This record gives sequence, structure tokens and C-alpha cells, in this order.
Amino acid sequence: MGDVLKKVPVREQDPKVRATNFEEVCLGYNKEEAMEEATRCINCKNAKCIQGCPVSINIPGFIKEVKEGNIEEAYKVIGQASALPAICGRVCPQESQCEGQCIRGIKGEPVSIGKLERFVADYALEHDIKPVGAKKLNGHKVAVIGSGPAGLTCAGDLAKLGYEVTVFEALHELGGVLVYGIPEFRLPKQKVVAKEIEKVRELGVKFETNLVIGKSTTIDQLIEEEGFEAVFIGSGAGLPKFMGIPGENANGVFSANEYLTRSNLMKAFDDSYDTPIAAGTKVAVVGGGNVAMDAARTALRLGAEVHIVYRRSEEELPARVEEVHHAKEEGIIFDLLTNPKEILVDDKGNVTGMTVIKMELGEPDASGRRRPVEVPGSEYTIDVDTVIMSLGTSPNPLISSTTEGLEINKWKCIVADENNGQTSKEGVYAGGDAVTGAATVILAMGAGKAAAKGIDEYLRDK
Amino acid sequence: MYKILKAEKLADKIYLMDVEAPRVAKHCEPGQFVIVKMDDKGERIPLTICDYNREAGTITIVFQEVGASTVKMSTLKAGDSFRDFVGPLGCPSEFVGEDLESLKNKKMLFVAGGVGAAPVYPQVKWLHEHGIAADVVLGAKTKDMVILEKELEEVSGNLYVTTDDGSYGRSGMVTAVVEELVQNDGKKYDVCVAIGPMIMMKFVCLLTKKLEIPTIVSMNPIMVDGTGMCGACRLQVGDEIKFACVDGPEFDGHLVDFDQAMKRSQTYKTAEGRAMLKLQEGDTHHGGCGHCGGDN
Repeated sequence: MGDVLKKVPVREQDPKVRATNFEEVCLGYNKEEAMEEATRCINCKNAKCIQGCPVSINIPGFIKEVKEGNIEEAYKVIGQASALPAICGRVCPQESQCEGQCIRGIKGEPVSIGKLERFVADYALEHDIKPVGAKKLNGHKVAVIGSGPAGLTCAGDLAKLGYEVTVFEALHELGGVLVYGIPEFRLPKQKVVAKEIEKVRELGVKFETNLVIGKSTTIDQLIEEEGFEAVFIGSGAGLPKFMGIPGENANGVFSANEYLTRSNLMKAFDDSYDTPIAAGTKVAVVGGGNVAMDAARTALRLGAEVHIVYRRSEEELPARVEEVHHAKEEGIIFDLLTNPKEILVDDKGNVTGMTVIKMELGEPDASGRRRPVEVPGSEYTIDVDTVIMSLGTSPNPLISSTTEGLEINKWKCIVADENNGQTSKEGVYAGGDAVTGAATVILAMGAGKAAAKGIDEYLRDK
Repeated sequence: MYKILKAEKLADKIYLMDVEAPRVAKHCEPGQFVIVKMDDKGERIPLTICDYNREAGTITIVFQEVGASTVKMSTLKAGDSFRDFVGPLGCPSEFVGEDLESLKNKKMLFVAGGVGAAPVYPQVKWLHEHGIAADVVLGAKTKDMVILEKELEEVSGNLYVTTDDGSYGRSGMVTAVVEELVQNDGKKYDVCVAIGPMIMMKFVCLLTKKLEIPTIVSMNPIMVDGTGMCGACRLQVGDEIKFACVDGPEFDGHLVDFDQAMKRSQTYKTAEGRAMLKLQEGDTHHGGCGHCGGDN
């Protein structure tokens, strides 16, 4: 037995080795390690961890089963609340959710809930344990737009209640941000994402790819011509933001979305695929969120020297601590309190460098974080051939501009009730990044879950 | 899977295919495009819609070999399938939403260069079906490269064919024909729509600016998803950054920064050129590498 105040350590690929491959960084627990970690849970009566979970998994309940070695039972407990545990166990920010609330964390490290969830889910995938579906269909048709975390969760929950659900996906692969955004080394596509989506399919959910709602057909047509009684919009975030500095349209400047989509969805990192990617030899990634870390670590694996350029200090980095830690271990260089001023370009339009300026933290701004201000006269040039802008996204107009009566707010996000996903249009629900702007996988899942409940109530009352 | 019903070679390196895609055929309008993906490992390739048949549920695409993927695509035959075929993407041409009566009072000139004839055709056809006869200048490098002449003949008002080398029709660039029509023949046009290689659109726009004819161009920048997510297709239009996939592909040609767009289109040319050379194993390539300028 190890130190009860500490988590059972999880095995990881050596940083030097993994910096050159796209295999998963974290290797996860085996059964013994999981059972040992599970003994650290004191099974609180008033379990704070459940309150910290956006989809309210019965955490002490599943951990109790793990402790006793009943992994299949543990999976069923998780399955009552979440359709995508292998994904959540990997990408949820547990430190600020379930684990952040864990009593163990007051004096020592919290229970490693995320790694336990991942172990249980992986076990279920490996042993092909089927999820429990509806006993019979209720004859109502619901359309779900987008096969990302919000859509999959909403679809899974509705299917369990007996609805006939069809998910429409614009891209050629299912999974949304889980396939185009999050890299293989954090979330394996075939081994985890595809298999977990297969579980949703086993619940009876139908999928149609290559269908862009707002273009190939509209929400009104789905309702009027195809007989769907309710629609959930989980179309995700939209157009990438740029800084508006000179040189930003040069060759060698990419949005993180483009860079990651090429590598993750189109598999440009693998030579046997046709889509190209400009790997770069010296890369600056501008931004400090999880997406910035993903882009930086992708560029590193493609062979580049990579700098994160972020205008605030390490404390304000919005990325998960674990991601920053992994990035540093792998050799990403952090240029903090630094902000780009101009991208330098040669006569062919290629990036040759970037002028940046040092920043210092001033008074807190509207977000409560200290506002970075330029240090006069501190400009200098860094020598880079590739710049990846990771500054967030603004909403995609395809659905809001083609759906009569769908209200959007001043940021052009779809307006939806937080509790049940209801929009301004009857029978139409929404959740995830399309509503909140760029956020996390689990928050999108929480919204998908709330909307499934909202849709069920709406159709039962109808 | 999306079945190819017809595959035909129109000219050297230019191919036409009819593809079964009922959802796309039901909703598409002139000016829009599709993205196709050949197989599991293929690229997503944006292509213009050349024609559509709503009843039969088919879309006609025309493409030119410019890189490894399009060369591979040219080997597909009737009976084969695309793994993915998505659309219609982008916005319809502006006139589709215009008041028909005011449209009838407008004199429109289309300028089509090379494979640009493909996206021009459904626009002129739409106008023809709505009782409007638009003039068309159809340009190509040589006689063998003139495509869709017969089809355009049937739907346009006057069709002026020109070849760069004078081997067919008039002799010279499309710009020379436009200049002649307006300045010598006294033709008046309210709108010009120019679609073709970027360098052609740039020069048509320089001319029409001088002639004071508002001009619309259709841009075909590098794209990945085509649904407003990746930002690869961004263009400088006036003082704004626009995304061709959701804001376009058609823009006010007098505001587009063509020089920047042409540079941006070279981003992957070296990589693409290498992939193509690998595919052809030393065979001499013509354009696509970005170094000889052969594709402009």
C-alpha cells in the first residue's frame, strides 16, 4: 500500500519518447491499480464530487464497485449518467470538477476519479459490455444536429428513453471536436472515440454523415418534411478568431482549428493520408488554452521547436494544469507575458518571423484576471516560420441564418435555457459550444443531457 | 457512398462526372459548391457544381488535375463511388435572391476562363430558364481546352469564344474580348461575373474597374472542412477578412486582394508537387508545383 494521501500514480509514456509519436500519453490504470486507488474513496454520504460533475455520475457508487472488483457493475453505474465515459475520463478537467470537490483533496490528493472512470470505460470497451437500451420505442422522432459531445449525449439519453433518434453530422467522420479537435495522443480515435460512438449506435441511434444543416437541408424541413418532432442543435463552435495584426494572412499562419483538423481529422501526420500539413521547423502558438496546448504538442510531434506565446503569466493560463505539465515535459517553450505585434513576411508571402512585445500585469479587468499591458519599447523579433493562432472561435452562422425564429444573442450564440435547452423556437433545443461559445467537452455533455430531459418533457406533454 | 453515373474526359486533364447525391441536388443553387472525398485516406476537395438534376438526384462536377488527389480522382469511372460528397456549400449567387423584374432589366456579362466555364454554366442556365439572356465570354488556352461550348451556346445570349493562341474562335485573352465588346462594339453591361484562374479574375477586375462595371468573382482558395470551421479559406476583401466557405465563394471582385489570395494558394504547392511527382514517378509535371506558374 502506498501513501493514502497520494493518488496511485498513473503510468505514462516517457516524455522523450512520446514527443516523437502520436500514441497516447497516459497509459491508464490496470485493474490492480484501479482497485487500490478505489480504496481511497471514503464513500461520503453527501458526496460533493457528484455535485461537481456536470452530468451527475454516481461517483462513490461506481468507485465502490471498482473497489470490489466488479468492473461491469461499475460501468453500469456510470452508464446511467454518461454515454461517453472513456472520453470523459480522458479529457474532463476533473481538477476543477469532481476531483476539485473531493474531501480527500483537503488533506492530500483527491481520489483519481478521472483515471478510475477511464479504467472502467476502457474495460467495458475491451470486453464489449453492452449499454442498456430502451425496452421499446415510443414512436417519436428526434433529430440531433452535430455528433460531438453535446449531440452524442443528447442522442444517447433520448434513445434510452425510447425515442427514434437520428444524428446529422456535417463532416465525413462522427465525433465532432472529439475527432477534429483533440489529438490522438490525448484521445485515441479508433480505440476510444469510434468505439464509444458505437455504444451510442447500439442504443438504437442512427447516424447520417455529410449533411450540413442550413445547407443540405434546414431545421424547418426536418420538422415539416421529414417528420421530426423535436430538434437538438449541438453544432459546436465556429469560425476561428484572428488578432488583426499585420501579416496574419501570410503562408504559414494557421488557425489552431485548421492545424488540428489537418492532423486529427485528415490524419496529415500519417504519410499514407493525402492531406498535407506544413509541419514547420520553428513554430509559435499564440494563446494559452487547451487548444493551444494541443496545437503546440502536435507541432512538436511533427518535428518542430515550439513556443507558446501568451500575453499573461503562467497562473492565468486557461489550459488544464495537466496539459501544461505534459507540454513542458515534452519540451514546449513558454514565452509568457509576451504578445505578438506583427508577423514578418517575405516577398513570396511566407512567414519569416514575428515581432512580439513584453507585457506586464496591471489592474484586474472584467474577467477578474489582471489585465496585461505592454512594456513600452520592449519589442523584439522571434525567428519562426509557422504561427498558429489559438484565440478561440466565434459562432457559425449556418444554422442561425437559415432557421426562422431562432433567437441569437449579441455574440451570435444561440439563446437556450440552461435547464432544458429550450430555444426561442418551439420544439428546437440547443446546447454546447453553439450556445456557450468555446467551452469543454463535459459542459457540452451536460447541456446535451439537460436538453434530452427538456425534449422528453416537451414531447410527453405534447 | 455516392455513385458516379457518368465519367467523361472533356479536355486534357479536365473531367466531368455525374454523381448521385439527392440531398445536394434537391437544395443546390447556382454559385454553390461541394466537397468530395475519394476514399478513407483522401483529401477533402472543394469542387464547383456544374449542373444539377433535382428529379434524378444528381450533381454534375467538373474538375482539373492539379495535384495528386485530383489525378487519382480522374481514374474513377462510371459505377465507382466517392466515399464522401457533401453540399451544397457556400452561398448561392446573389441574383438567385434578387427580384426577377429588376434582374430582367440588367445586362449581364459572364467571363469564363478554363474550368471556370463549369461554375458559369449553371448561372447562365438559371438566368436562361428565368427568361434572361446573358452574354458569355468563354476563354481557353487552346482549341482543345475549350469546354462546355455547346451547353453554353444553348443558354447564353451571345457567346464569344476566344483562345490564347488563336487556334479557335477569337484570338487572345478574355480581357481583350471584354474590352472590345465594351469599347468598340458599344455593349453596355450592368454586372460582370468572372470565374476562372485567379490571375484571369484579377485582370478582368482591373479592366472592369476601369470600365466601371461592378464585377463578381468566385474564389476557390484552399479549404479543409468547408463549413466555417478551419479558416484556411480566408481572404482579404476590402478591409475585412472573409471566409470563402461561408461568406462566399462569390465576392465583389473590385475588393478582393488577388495578390494575397494567389500567394496563399501556394501554401502547400511544394508538398503537393512532391506528392504528385511521387505518384507519377518522374514523369514531367505541368503545373501544380507552384514554381513554374503553370497552373495559373
